[in-house]
Amino acid sequence: MGKMPAAVIGVGQTHHRAKREDVSMAGLCREAMDRALADAGMTLDEVDAIVVGKAPDLFEGVMMPELYLAEALGAAGKPLLRVHTAGSVGGSTAIVAASLVQAGVHEKVLTVAFEKQSESNAMWALSVPVPFVMPVHAGAGGYFAPHVRSYIRRSGAPTHIGAIVAAKDRTNALRNPYAHLREEKTVEQVLASQMLWDPIRYEETCPSSDGACALVIVAEDVAKASPNPAWIHGTVMRSEPTTAAERDQVNPQAGRDAAAALWKQAGITSPIDEIDAAEIYVPFSWFEPMWLENLGFAAEGEGWKLTEAGETALGGRIPVNCSGGVLSSNPIGASGMLRFGEAALQVRGAAGEHQVDGVRRALGHAYGGGSQFFSMWVVGAEKPTN
Amino acid sequence: MSRTLSAPVTVSFDYTRSVGPVIGRFLAGLRDGTFVGARTSDGRVVIPPPEFDPATHAATTDFVTLAPTGTVTSWTWVSEPVAGQPFDRPFAFALVTLDGATAPMLHAVDVASPEEMSTGMRVSARWAAERTGAVTDFVFEPEVPTGTSQVVEPAETPTEPVTEPVTGIVTPTSLDYTYAASPEESAFFRGLAEGRILGQRCPACRKVYVPPRPACPTDGVPTEEEVELSDTGTVTTFCIVNVPFLGQKIKPPYVSAYVLLDGADIAIQHLILEIPVEEIRMGLRVRAVWKPREEWGTTIENISHFAPTGEPDAEYATYQHHL
Amino acid sequence: MRDVAVVGFAQRQMQDYDGSPQCAELLVPLFAECYEQTGWSRKDIGFWCSGSSDYLAGRSFSFVSAIDAIGVLPPVNESHVEMDAAWALYEAWLKIQTGEVDTALVFGFGKSSAGVLRRTLALQLDPYTMTPLWPDTVSIAALQARLGIDAGLWDEAAMAEVVDRSLTDAEKNEYAVRSGGSSVEDLLARPMYADPLRKHDAAPVTDGAAAIVLAAGDRARDVRDRPAWIAGLAHNADGLHLGTRDLTRSGSAERAAAAAGGAAGVDVAELHAPFSHQELILRTALGLGDETRVNPSGGALAGNPMFTGGAIRIGEAARRIWDGTADRALGHATSGPALQQNLVCVMEGRN
Repeated sequence: MGKMPAAVIGVGQTHHRAKREDVSMAGLCREAMDRALADAGMTLDEVDAIVVGKAPDLFEGVMMPELYLAEALGAAGKPLLRVHTAGSVGGSTAIVAASLVQAGVHEKVLTVAFEKQSESNAMWALSVPVPFVMPVHAGAGGYFAPHVRSYIRRSGAPTHIGAIVAAKDRTNALRNPYAHLREEKTVEQVLASQMLWDPIRYEETCPSSDGACALVIVAEDVAKASPNPAWIHGTVMRSEPTTAAERDQVNPQAGRDAAAALWKQAGITSPIDEIDAAEIYVPFSWFEPMWLENLGFAAEGEGWKLTEAGETALGGRIPVNCSGGVLSSNPIGASGMLRFGEAALQVRGAAGEHQVDGVRRALGHAYGGGSQFFSMWVVGAEKPTN
Repeated sequence: MSRTLSAPVTVSFDYTRSVGPVIGRFLAGLRDGTFVGARTSDGRVVIPPPEFDPATHAATTDFVTLAPTGTVTSWTWVSEPVAGQPFDRPFAFALVTLDGATAPMLHAVDVASPEEMSTGMRVSARWAAERTGAVTDFVFEPEVPTGTSQVVEPAETPTEPVTEPVTGIVTPTSLDYTYAASPEESAFFRGLAEGRILGQRCPACRKVYVPPRPACPTDGVPTEEEVELSDTGTVTTFCIVNVPFLGQKIKPPYVSAYVLLDGADIAIQHLILEIPVEEIRMGLRVRAVWKPREEWGTTIENISHFAPTGEPDAEYATYQHHL
Repeated sequence: MRDVAVVGFAQRQMQDYDGSPQCAELLVPLFAECYEQTGWSRKDIGFWCSGSSDYLAGRSFSFVSAIDAIGVLPPVNESHVEMDAAWALYEAWLKIQTGEVDTALVFGFGKSSAGVLRRTLALQLDPYTMTPLWPDTVSIAALQARLGIDAGLWDEAAMAEVVDRSLTDAEKNEYAVRSGGSSVEDLLARPMYADPLRKHDAAPVTDGAAAIVLAAGDRARDVRDRPAWIAGLAHNADGLHLGTRDLTRSGSAERAAAAAGGAAGVDVAELHAPFSHQELILRTALGLGDETRVNPSGGALAGNPMFTGGAIRIGEAARRIWDGTADRALGHATSGPALQQNLVCVMEGRN
């Protein structure tokens, strides 16, 4: 038995900001949900089930916040699931929501992912000391910086590649009214910014944002009524350990395996030729070339060449993060779903000023933990034939 | 000797919560000494007001002021209070339906014994001397006979916001845990107390793990065969931490490095000192610098840091599979 | 819908587990038991899904090292819910229903004793209007219990009967952390703890872990003569707020049971009732009559490892199908304050 066809017919997101002091957590989620429902032409009462995603509960200091949010999210009286797979959670949550439709259990599923990071401090929440262990940890930047250094060493990439990515994504964000950081940046400005976690500079780092993203995912019969459904052509999740002897932390096997499985599901043999736009989880600029290689858009050690040649810019061969990406908006729990949602907007021709011309198939990608949890999907303008 | 090592950990943060317009209205009411509830689309009067209507899902807009008096609809006796509760001595939690409301709210009742509590009893709010716009601005107490209770407002008067809204609250959240290390890690930390670095080999893949692991991440079985490791090794990769943050234990800038100890198949993370930051490099050979023995405990902090050995750098090929 | 069955189950329950809150060392032998029961290795598992809580462990990403217990190189198809593992089982069942995989191993773990459980759980409440008062879970349940008593729906003796039966049955459960029946009279003579609850009316603070294996069609038939076929699996939620829901009944349990096809003809029901009166609420909500044997394992009152207690109920119910004591069995899980969320899994043996 194959999967039942499923499509995204509604995408909604908040205006992402460092502090959304005007709303509560419920208000934040509803802002995204109401936009997604309006996009889908649907009311909350029509929804069969709600799937909530969020990164660590320590960020907001609420244990399983979907419980107290149930009424405000319209989930009282409905099935309610809560997914948590670290930074990949926004993607994983969309995949779980899709599977409710693909399994034939429900026809109309709403999924929402959020983070209200201003309620605490992400560095604190990710660096609570473990007894007996050396307290050298310094948040996500401190975790990923050594692996970026390894990538630079392994690939021989020029040291300004990260700055090219940062300048591109920040400038792309000017075309996205929802983005948190909306400011034109030049490569020189990025290179001139402070080294935070050497080799990662301040302007090569994602912000800490309050924000939410919601998707309406429906079965074929419902999708038919939509003028521009984004059909789901493939979904994959893969996990590997945080640390293991001789584990490749630059080009993790879980990401490579996930991509291979994804392209196979979607019937894609040459990703760079067959994917028209990609939303890739790039919280630190260097992860663009790293993931281009991991995903198979470029051979190992060659990803930076695509970046350097401008091929990942809007209008390039493989436009990456035309929305501005995680580097411009990072409500952690929602960041993955934003990638999945932006991919859907691209194939629906609904991405507004950051729309890439003629997108038929797009990639949404998220990763989390120590580059160990991967979730991805391919969405397309046409219903999959397989 | 216990099987594992344990130590206390406190997870503590003062959360800054933006409350939104509806909860903000309720909290502003408390600060001003009034109870603000809401009328829902099905005609119920609920306090605290729901942020969104349970039936229409629209944002709540129909607010009503309720009396500071009400009736207990259920109660329990907190015989052993926990930290943060309204009282540090035994007290009652109760569901109280305020006069004018159709649904109860949860709060504390200040009485000396459970004998003073009963379903149906009348209670009134006792306001805190200083109110901040938080649910802790009051507690309930048994209603004083008519005439002497604090009457603020008659029930069900529509309210208009007349004062500054409450937009946020600070919620101190501190939890105490006992953290335990796995048995395998405990053996490692105990070895450190004797100045030894004890790894273990996975019985399946034969890789040497330091610290040893309750489950080899490749094979899913505990590491077992003990392997004593050298305190010299190679820096595989590293990061220079320039950013200060809340709860940080080491003053930046500092170098956090992966050190592949000689004889191990996985690197450990530690500090590198005694070398200018800009000279630290991949392949640098380093040796553990131990703290004075009298300062040792069961922790990797017995090693103060790693410092260069002065040997030539390790060949890239010797550590490239550890990146 | 594909035919999917529970074909493997392993558990541990204990007080004051001395190991790490990530529980990897607790999971390794559980997975080994599952492999022994099925004759499989980890390579036979198509999908892994776990349930646990960061706040229970006291740190962010507490679940990430638990997957080491699987052995995750080469990488695996894996997910995690911040819920009881019963909902991880639901996600795994979905994954099998999509046709993507034929087998799954579901697990949950939690070290409740790492913190002060009843206080930690106050963080599940409304963060603006409730948590600042730190209402502990036992108090919340006690308010619910008294509402039912005052409404004449049950009394303290009925609650004591539930406790006495549970702890008597728990004598035969090697995993129980509390057991030993006495009498209703004796139980009622014990002191109040959170009036109207006595200590025995609340589940003991329990550490533990559990693993459940699911398989579709022939994969299930290859493992067992009598797989526990899932005839209905559904879950549902109520709102949290105590003032606006009727705490004396469980609407979400009623809806979950209806969506799972109803509980009619169930020989055995394992109900996840962490408080004695909640069993009474659930019996009514699920429409269970005297013909249904409730909690032969002793239920949650004999041991309730957080984030695993619900999954254990499904495993215990499945065992009754495997061994032929039941033809139709129900496993139930709850999550959240005062039975806010409920899941019902109806299983049947087919000859």
